[in-house]
Amino acid sequence: MIGHTLHAGRRALYPGLRYFSETPCGEIIEDVLERTDYPRVTKQASLYVHWPYCLRRCSYCNFNKYIPKDNNDHVMTECLQRETETLLQLSQVSCITSVFFGGGTPSLAHPSTIAAVLETVSRRAYLSDKAEVTLEVNPTPAGKTKLEDFCRAGVNRFSIGVQSLKDEDLKILGRDHSPHQALQTVDEARRLCPGRVSVDVMFGRPNQSVESWENELSELLTVCDDHVSLYQLTLERGTQLFKQVRGGEVTMPAEDVTAEMYQCARRTLQQHGFLQYEVSNFARQNAVSHHNRSYWKGGQYIGVGPGVLREARTQTLEPDVWIREVQQRGHATRRRIQLSHLELLEEVLVMGMRMTQGINPKHWESFSPHLGLHEVFGTSSDVQELIRSGQLILDDRGLRCSWDGLALLDSMLPALLVELQRQMSQRDDRADGRTKRSSDPQ
Amino acid sequence: MLDTIDMSKFPVDRIRNFCIIAHIDHGKSTLADRLLEMTGAIAKTVKNKQVLDKLQVERERGITVKAQTASLIYSHQGQQYLLNLIDTPGHVDFSYEVSRSISACQGVLLIVDANQGIQAQTVANFYLAFEAQMAIIPVINKIDLKNADPERVEKQIEKVFDLSCEECIRVSAKLGTNVEMVLQAIVDRIPPPVASIDDPFKALVFDSNFDHYRGVVANIAVFGGQVKKGNKIVLAHLGKTFEVNELGLLRPHEHPTQKLCAGQVGYIVAGMKDVKEAQIGDTLYLQDQPVETLPGFKPAKAMVFAGMYPMDQTEYPALRNAIERLTLNDSSVTVQRDSSVALGAGWRLGFLGLLHMEVFNQRLEQEHNASVIVTAPTVPYKAVLSSPKLIKEHGSEVITIVNPAQFPEKSVVSEYLEPMVLGTIITPDTYTGKIMTLSLKRRGIQKNMVYIDEQRVMMKYLFPLNEIVVDFYDNLKSLSSGYASFDYENADYQAADLIKMNFLINGEPVEELITIVHRDHAYNTGKAMCERLKESIPRQMFEVAVQAAIGSKIIARETIKAYKKNVLAKCYGGDITRKMKLLRRQAEGKKKLRRIGCVEVPKDAFINVLKRKD
Repeated sequence: MIGHTLHAGRRALYPGLRYFSETPCGEIIEDVLERTDYPRVTKQASLYVHWPYCLRRCSYCNFNKYIPKDNNDHVMTECLQRETETLLQLSQVSCITSVFFGGGTPSLAHPSTIAAVLETVSRRAYLSDKAEVTLEVNPTPAGKTKLEDFCRAGVNRFSIGVQSLKDEDLKILGRDHSPHQALQTVDEARRLCPGRVSVDVMFGRPNQSVESWENELSELLTVCDDHVSLYQLTLERGTQLFKQVRGGEVTMPAEDVTAEMYQCARRTLQQHGFLQYEVSNFARQNAVSHHNRSYWKGGQYIGVGPGVLREARTQTLEPDVWIREVQQRGHATRRRIQLSHLELLEEVLVMGMRMTQGINPKHWESFSPHLGLHEVFGTSSDVQELIRSGQLILDDRGLRCSWDGLALLDSMLPALLVELQRQMSQRDDRADGRTKRSSDPQ
Repeated sequence: MLDTIDMSKFPVDRIRNFCIIAHIDHGKSTLADRLLEMTGAIAKTVKNKQVLDKLQVERERGITVKAQTASLIYSHQGQQYLLNLIDTPGHVDFSYEVSRSISACQGVLLIVDANQGIQAQTVANFYLAFEAQMAIIPVINKIDLKNADPERVEKQIEKVFDLSCEECIRVSAKLGTNVEMVLQAIVDRIPPPVASIDDPFKALVFDSNFDHYRGVVANIAVFGGQVKKGNKIVLAHLGKTFEVNELGLLRPHEHPTQKLCAGQVGYIVAGMKDVKEAQIGDTLYLQDQPVETLPGFKPAKAMVFAGMYPMDQTEYPALRNAIERLTLNDSSVTVQRDSSVALGAGWRLGFLGLLHMEVFNQRLEQEHNASVIVTAPTVPYKAVLSSPKLIKEHGSEVITIVNPAQFPEKSVVSEYLEPMVLGTIITPDTYTGKIMTLSLKRRGIQKNMVYIDEQRVMMKYLFPLNEIVVDFYDNLKSLSSGYASFDYENADYQAADLIKMNFLINGEPVEELITIVHRDHAYNTGKAMCERLKESIPRQMFEVAVQAAIGSKIIARETIKAYKKNVLAKCYGGDITRKMKLLRRQAEGKKKLRRIGCVEVPKDAFINVLKRKD
């Protein structure tokens, strides 16, 4: 989808090892530390496949994507297959639990490309019939007509970038579909995959008011399926929208207004039976995205395609270069990054706290067997203060945000990270002390 | 070649010592360049621009900060004259330098721009020269300009300074027009110095510089007798003896000579290793021939104080060195160690005035590449203590307070005193209304107001110094479209109803924000500071109150609303990697935050409030 989806798959988080598929620039830099103290080295992983092309650039998007020059579907297909194959082999993963096709605009891909990639996965690893296979869809008439073929290719979940039900707003955002076309696409998707359609909707748009947002969301809830992803439009430097705002052509709603929009949306969604399971994600009838949840829980990921895991601002990424590299070497992995244990725990913390259920002690233990959740956060005065003020909850079920606290998560995370870093370094010091003592004959 | 200059060829009656004083940009340095060229001191090239202004800050700002000396040899009616030009700083902030220069001179060229006319600084400078009883030669410069109106300026000079039109010389320093007449006037109208070659050697140290290789280079004016290389000389203040290694004229570069005689001005190097050994104002005499010492100079009094702190505490030693090196050549800056919880270790520096402070900062940055945080300038207050116990403790009834945090409570004080200045404002009369309103707001008391010509008004105001140290000049300039000029001189202390104002963040007082204000301004100042604090302190998860308090009474309050939402409600592209990076940085930064109660304040929050507005 063009932009606003949590591309869970862009993260290949794995205890100790990730695969980055990046612009090749010479040799693979291997930076793998041998670690043996991880509690579980799983053979399971989720797979993210990136389709880098869009037909046009949305006015708010600074995501580096490419307008296809000519039809190179055939080459792209071959390369995605080849890289999938190579990375599955390198990672020694034997079971793929979910697949996510993101972008860019993956609904521009030919359904046969999707089929080919999925076939490759099945050939190299176990992919259950029940495994969640999601595709991001740009709700244009062209996208809509391909849905059925995508289903035949193996997709069983659609994530549809509706963004807004207001014609004018879609124009300002530079989207290439109308609200009507979006709704038709949602209908078609629901017909094909009932109960497995997600809609993306965006708030904090130019000139938007809380009231109009409330009405729009209510309208959307009458037609949508069981999953909603809610995103706040953020103004990024270098975008068309940024220029328009700076030039005074459009006004963005104030911080307090967007805060109100967020809270109002949470309430409305709750009233309609949607449970919030993450900062931006809501589901009813248990239609939670497995792919995303696995990601927030620190599960293992493999990313395929040009630009996966790259940093949007610092690296440019040419699909053409990626293609050449995959053709030459079978993959375009530039770096394999070994996360330190602390870095891994930091990510588990940051991602886990985005979920309403937070981090339970068992889950934490699977990453940190020697330092329990309560040991890390139970004694900190900062954490106690956050608990006292009702923002944070720490109990038998683990560490999580309160309803109010979730909206303020980013203000709490630095304090939590500081505490984690402190406890980890104290633990290391104690460990060093023990080593010293044991080696000391006296 | 210059060694061949026989200094005894210039007896006292062939010597003239003079300086040039002018408002900024009226052409002082250009005239000096022409005088140097016409007397052959420097070659005549197009490149001679502000030869005497050696410092970058001087050239950039068009001001002179450090006095310079140049000896000119001028032939007039078959006689050779030695004309000593002692270039003085133009601004009264540097009046310490000016008075030093003037003490070595008998006459002054008072330059006025033919277009702009008399400016505030011209007046201040005139009175300095007038009080020193010097011969004053008014020079109207820039007559080549299209809008030049020398007649009008002559009338102004007549009216304000009581100098007749006939005395004025109209010149274009840029083109050299009539500059020869200036040289003639120097010879004709300025009296020679009063000094006799037959007296024992006696000289005044009127400036000193430090040279890494030779030690102290002292600029001296010889008041009697003569001094030669190899002579043993004594510096009266410390009674220490030194041997003269080198001496000579400044033309303006050093030109060694065999001797310096009565009435002459030059430099001397005598193995002095510390500027303190050659104190400015000290008297020199020959060993075994002691003389009565010269009156010397009153030490300059710092009138504007500001905290200076390194941007980063690791730069503390480097900044200390830079400040030491600068004060080596500018003894008028007072230095006191200071520290602040928010800003770390630093100094409280005292300056002669605002421009002096700005120039010092600029030199720190330009010449020593030091980046500094400068707090809002404050002035030295005085308090008359009422408690005998405190008087005994301080050893005096009246104490001077430089750091606002040390301002004594009203209960132990019978009276507070604040420093006053006498300000001169010269402006086209269309702006007088606005200027009077501004001055009234700054607690100014009008002392005088006269028309210096048909359109221009000169106003004299008595201001509390505190009221003009921050942005007064900028306001004056902007409300007069740049036409009004302002200058001031110190005018003693006056009793004032002063109040110590505390700033509280969620009830916790913050020491470095303590401000001394006049009761009449307490509310406005408190409110403005609270507003600036509100802008500088980031939102927190809870509401934060920023208050201004006098004693236990809150007089102003701003509220920083709590965050309602602060969570990234979208993640796409490299957002997560970016987000992790940002969070790690925030976690790192959190360790360095200043905590006031529960409120976390980034270091630069107070810096923004404390530092001067640019």
